[in-house]
Amino acid sequence: MWYFVSPQIVFGEGALDALDELKGQRALIVTDEVLVNMGIVDKVKAHLERAGIATHVFARVEPEPSVETVRQGAQMALEVQPDWIIGLGGGSPMDAAKAIFALYERPDLHPAEINPLVPLGLRQKARLITIPTTSGTGSEVTWAVVLTDTEEQRKMGLGGRELAADIAIVDPALAAGMPPQLTADTGLDALTHAVEGFTCAWHTDLTDGLCFNAIRLIFQYLPRAVADGSDMEARERMHNAATAAGLGFGNSLASMAHSMGHALGAAFHIPHGRAVSIFLPYTVEFAAQESPDRFAELAMLLDISQAGGAEAARALATRIRDLCHQLGNPTSIAEAGIARADYEARLDKLVDDAFNDTSMMSACRAPSYEELRQLFTYAYEGRPIDF
Amino acid sequence: MAIKFPSDEWIKELSNQLNLSESYEKSAKDWEGDFVFVVEPDTAYDGTAYLFLGLYHGKSTGAAMISHEQDRPAEFILRAPFSAWRQVIEGKLDAIQGMMTRKLRVEGNMMKVMRYPKAAKEIVSCCALIPTDFG
Repeated sequence: MWYFVSPQIVFGEGALDALDELKGQRALIVTDEVLVNMGIVDKVKAHLERAGIATHVFARVEPEPSVETVRQGAQMALEVQPDWIIGLGGGSPMDAAKAIFALYERPDLHPAEINPLVPLGLRQKARLITIPTTSGTGSEVTWAVVLTDTEEQRKMGLGGRELAADIAIVDPALAAGMPPQLTADTGLDALTHAVEGFTCAWHTDLTDGLCFNAIRLIFQYLPRAVADGSDMEARERMHNAATAAGLGFGNSLASMAHSMGHALGAAFHIPHGRAVSIFLPYTVEFAAQESPDRFAELAMLLDISQAGGAEAARALATRIRDLCHQLGNPTSIAEAGIARADYEARLDKLVDDAFNDTSMMSACRAPSYEELRQLFTYAYEGRPIDF
Repeated sequence: MAIKFPSDEWIKELSNQLNLSESYEKSAKDWEGDFVFVVEPDTAYDGTAYLFLGLYHGKSTGAAMISHEQDRPAEFILRAPFSAWRQVIEGKLDAIQGMMTRKLRVEGNMMKVMRYPKAAKEIVSCCALIPTDFG
């Protein structure tokens, strides 16, 4: 028994117009200053005002949102009393919006209590809309929330099925302004979601098709979107691919590359998509040593390799690295600009945090502590995994 | 030789396996909180069994089959029918997914449980090392 959770998704050119039909009194838009300055928040406000909905904006979400930021947003929600909370932006504002929604409905909760084991009883006061502006984290369709515990410098993997948005608006025009590096980083995040969602131990029949199709679209359209941001066909296909990947991995799980990427991101503030995609080929190679089948199947479906087994799985890892090179993204931690001495000084914590990250639950080859340490070392040096 | 589940011998063997497991020790090095596993009756098992497992900082402090869950108060109680326990031990039901679908019902500080998913998996891995008689 498992679940498949999805918001109502409005997608494609002009999807933002769906806000004109929204019923309600007050909306709290959770976002960041960049989107305010780009005029995107004003566009969303204009649609809501056409629907007769008063708007308030919480624009203090930082990259890798902290527990403190979410508490501040929840405080504003308690003052404003919205009946719609709207997460507008990349993964950070959308995740923050989900957490703010939970704390607004349940001010008695500690953020760390937002977990899938306990019913939260939400939707007594408001409902949730997510609008992605990157392609992307998939947060618009998942029930996961990643916050940063700034005291422990650790990512907290939180969430619950009630946190899936009521409506996700996937309008490619909102992603069109992304510069090339952001396009590459967020696109590779989507790729990692889809590959991990397909190959992890929690994969399902309902999610496999979404993940596979997302991977296919990303390999085809991400290089185009990075090379020419005005290529609206590429932008739209990538925006849809990221949402499909989000539905896929959101209803199965992310895996080891995310565990390692979360740890690296919390310690060194590497952009999330860049971090997870560095680790992805290494984790594919590691899993391929003992559990190659899902990776080999993916390699076959994508016409990367028909060899089967570990050989096909390694071919998939190579293809992922080739894509990173094509996009100008790093394929090792050293290449990402982290000094060795700094990395080794924090290695124990990186291993600890990754070992206990919720995404590690679904690894099809669970590493021992020492193997995980070796993985981090190989990924620093850019050495293909041979153990 | 297979050990009957549930039994005092079985839970003591789990305690032993945990203390031999480096993976468990590393993943649970900060863990504090004992468990009582409640094996509920179903078509395959009559009666109710209570298994106490003491856990502290990566080690098991002891284990015993007890008469009632209140005999050795524990921070966490994990309840499930016999067949669900069997599925977990045999690797057919992921323990975390089991908790998320309420096949395994957890009482205690959920915040803490979700902070140690790896430790939970390692406990299940140790269960799988015990030759078990479910008959």
